[in-house]
Amino acid sequence: MDWIPPIFRRRKIYNDLSEEIRLHIEERTEQLVREGMSPKQAAREARLAFGNRTLLEERSREVWQWPTLESIAADVRIALRQLRRSPGFTIAAVLTLALAIGANAVVFGLMDGMVLRPLNVPQAGSLYGTHYGDNPAWQSYPNYIDLRDRNRSFEDLAAFNMVLGVGFDTGKNPIAANGFAATGNYFDVLRIHPYLGRLFHASDEHGPNSAPYVVLTYQYWRTRFNGDPGVVGRSVQLDKHAFTIIGVAPPEFQGTIMFIAPDFFMPIVNEEQMGAPSLNTRATEHAVFEALGHLKPGVTLAQAVSDVGAVNGYLEKTYPKEIVHHGTALSREGLTSFGPAVRAFVAGLMVLSGLILLAACANLGSLFAARAADRSREVALRLALGSSRKRILRGLLTEALLISFAGGAAGLLVSFMLLRRMSTWQPIPGVPLHLPVAPGAMLYVVALGLALFSGFLFGIVPIRQILRANPYEVVKAGPSARTGRRLTIRDVLLVVQIAICAVLVTSSLVAVRGLVRSLHSKFGFDPRGTMTAGVDLAAAGYSDDKVPAMQRRIIEAIGTIPGVDAVGLVNGYPPLVYTAGNRADVYKEETSDLSPPNAAAMPFRYEVSPKYFEAAGTTLLAGRSFLWGDDKNAPSVAVVNREFADRMFGSVTGAVGRNYRLQDGTRVQVAGVVEDGKYMSLTEAQQPAMFLPFLQSPASAAYLVVRSKRDPQQLAAAIRSKVRELDAGLPVDTQTWTQMLEVVLFPARVATMALGVLGLMGAMLSITGIFGMAAYSVSNRLRELGIRMALGAPRKEVLHAALGRPFRLLAIGSAAGLTMGLLATRVLAFIVYQATPRDPLVLAGVVLAMALLGLLATWIPAQRALSVNPLILLRED
Amino acid sequence: MPVVNRPMTESNARDLFPGALEMMILESLRRQPAHGYALVQHIQQRSNDLLQVEEGSLYPALQRLLKAKLVKAEWGVSSTNRRVRTYQITASGLSHLEQQISSFERMFEGIWLVVNPGKATTS
Repeated sequence: MDWIPPIFRRRKIYNDLSEEIRLHIEERTEQLVREGMSPKQAAREARLAFGNRTLLEERSREVWQWPTLESIAADVRIALRQLRRSPGFTIAAVLTLALAIGANAVVFGLMDGMVLRPLNVPQAGSLYGTHYGDNPAWQSYPNYIDLRDRNRSFEDLAAFNMVLGVGFDTGKNPIAANGFAATGNYFDVLRIHPYLGRLFHASDEHGPNSAPYVVLTYQYWRTRFNGDPGVVGRSVQLDKHAFTIIGVAPPEFQGTIMFIAPDFFMPIVNEEQMGAPSLNTRATEHAVFEALGHLKPGVTLAQAVSDVGAVNGYLEKTYPKEIVHHGTALSREGLTSFGPAVRAFVAGLMVLSGLILLAACANLGSLFAARAADRSREVALRLALGSSRKRILRGLLTEALLISFAGGAAGLLVSFMLLRRMSTWQPIPGVPLHLPVAPGAMLYVVALGLALFSGFLFGIVPIRQILRANPYEVVKAGPSARTGRRLTIRDVLLVVQIAICAVLVTSSLVAVRGLVRSLHSKFGFDPRGTMTAGVDLAAAGYSDDKVPAMQRRIIEAIGTIPGVDAVGLVNGYPPLVYTAGNRADVYKEETSDLSPPNAAAMPFRYEVSPKYFEAAGTTLLAGRSFLWGDDKNAPSVAVVNREFADRMFGSVTGAVGRNYRLQDGTRVQVAGVVEDGKYMSLTEAQQPAMFLPFLQSPASAAYLVVRSKRDPQQLAAAIRSKVRELDAGLPVDTQTWTQMLEVVLFPARVATMALGVLGLMGAMLSITGIFGMAAYSVSNRLRELGIRMALGAPRKEVLHAALGRPFRLLAIGSAAGLTMGLLATRVLAFIVYQATPRDPLVLAGVVLAMALLGLLATWIPAQRALSVNPLILLRED
Repeated sequence: MPVVNRPMTESNARDLFPGALEMMILESLRRQPAHGYALVQHIQQRSNDLLQVEEGSLYPALQRLLKAKLVKAEWGVSSTNRRVRTYQITASGLSHLEQQISSFERMFEGIWLVVNPGKATTS
């Protein structure tokens, strides 16, 4: 028989077997008839004597099969058929899972992009950078050189700085661009190769202003230069200095700070041309933003930290007057700026989305259990026919896994598209912010794992039911409605679902409330009705001595615009913008040794013009504001904030007229005190701040602050035309202050949005859960309700009987969820400013939301219960 | 030793040990080729009705023997003019049977010795 192909052979075997068995039973029947039985009885006896024909035939066939694989395939086919028979259930289940798994996949993508692999460079795991946050990273260029040459832990140390608002002129007109100024070995340390042309190296550096080269990022090359391969070798102007484009960086490289996507890279030795402080001054703090490098193999993080600390200590001792010691810390590169906050947020998101998945599994589990209960008759028959319980359970599990794989695939697809969309999204136009998430291979693995896990989780819910089923009872009595007080698995699952939903609703409400509060909190200035205009005179070619006079002319010109109430100027950036804030050490007047350990405070430092405080809406508490007379020839004065006054002098009124010293020894007199405010981030503890007259420390890049009730568009146009009148080649960047605050508020907004979405999903899941249970309970007790109504029960009693249980479970679940939510929101308070959970509005909101959910979900079943026609029902039975 | 085959795959202390049925089938076929029904009759008669084999339980065992090529089967016509599928033992079936019988006898003697100390069977 070997020449027959296997498939046909198998079929032949099965056919032979069936025929053989048939003939056997026939033979037995004939024998019994010969012995005197009636044919009918003989046939029955023969069958009984044979045994369970179906089972035995199946067992015989099994001999020829690859048992596991074939029975799995058979299970799958049967499961598919079952699922197709109840399309409503299948679709609902798949959608629920798709949503839950999709959410988890997205959050994992976020975690992958922001925490696990924040930088797209080779061997990013050993890349560490000096820590920015408590400010230990900002340093001078000579410092960096010493650090690079003296350390023993890094293979090589590179550094970079940010140059923002550079006038990038390709010959037509300058457009503001943002870039990194990096040391020559930057790309080599990062082990990056160019996409087009070449990158600059350490060999290109020959001293200050010696390397006029520009490397474009891939995105900038595509958007500004239309992906033109001829850009290599093109001459451009940066802030009116000639540079040459030498190459394009690879597409996946977007700099070494998370969330920031620069447009170009230039050598740090040319940084001064962009207005950065002089490279060779050791006392400047802001020449280098961060230093980074790969650790030598075998060097641990702790060793590296102490090594860098030792170098810092040496530098401090050698240059006590110029170095400000801030402590040493090293973090994974890319995460240095926002690491802890991002990690906390993503961790919180993961917990919440995990809860959603659990809720979805609970939902599906109870759906499954209900289905199993409905099919109890079928199960009973199968058990009686000889199927093993294991087989039935396997069938159920296969159904569950099929659903979860389908849901997982759908969820994966959605999350893939979402993550892709997010990675190219520029949340605030003009600002180089972007979300570093891109779907990777791990995403598939995670989605698969989640699908398997959830499939198993809700698939095993009906286990107890099946295992305990007594087939004979069920076939005899029919599926009875158990109206006992016992707590079934379905009840527990529903309570779990509702609790999770309540947690999610609580956290979203807390987040929303926190966001609303943060938008209305005291900033120390009033951003409403304020327009800012950024003017960089160095970019237009003004020399340092001409800058203050020009700035004054601009201020006065803008002051003549009708509708303008006040105009002020602040060097650099206004408070709370771009998290850019300078700090300086100050000393008590009597301190003789002006070295950093003796500093009395480290306030934020701003240089402002007269009328700045009026323009910004900052209230003056004591003393006076600045006048045009506070220039270089006048005594040094300052206006400080309340926190500064309290810390240095003990009180607001006691501060006016008192003196203190700056790092360079200058004695400054306090002329006035203003209210406290926020300077770097919304969640900072109250910091001291001092404002110095800009004429006493002029800078070429500054922002004008214009207070006016006029329409912002018109105001901006008027400002621009006024400036153009003064100098046609001077670019002005106008934005309302509220717009500039977007960057600071961005994290809180994103957090609230994410939590809102999760809360909504939790709510939807709960609605389906409650609806399912209520509908099921009503349909089960339809007969009983009909009888009650026939006996004259009032509507309320009928409703109470039908829906009492679901509502009780709703109440229990909500209470549990609410308490858990209150405990959990401590995590959220880190990002979402002022998110206090013990807000009565939040509590009331949650209770209201859950009650509404319950009403919504039970509406239809309630109607059904009330519209029951007892006559029809009783007749049917 | 009455044997009852339950529909569930729970094992019962009184079930035949695995391989017993195959052994008996092979031995019966050694004496004379037969079809399924005749085999059942044969086993019941020869065991003095001590073994009540459920008739159908033969078939899985027969298929196993077929797959292991210890027996071979052919369609034909019986002496009573019925269409039957007759099984015949093969050479490898013969040697397998001899192995099984000798190991069974050893096992049985061992059990007997433990259960009835002091008495020995004559093998």
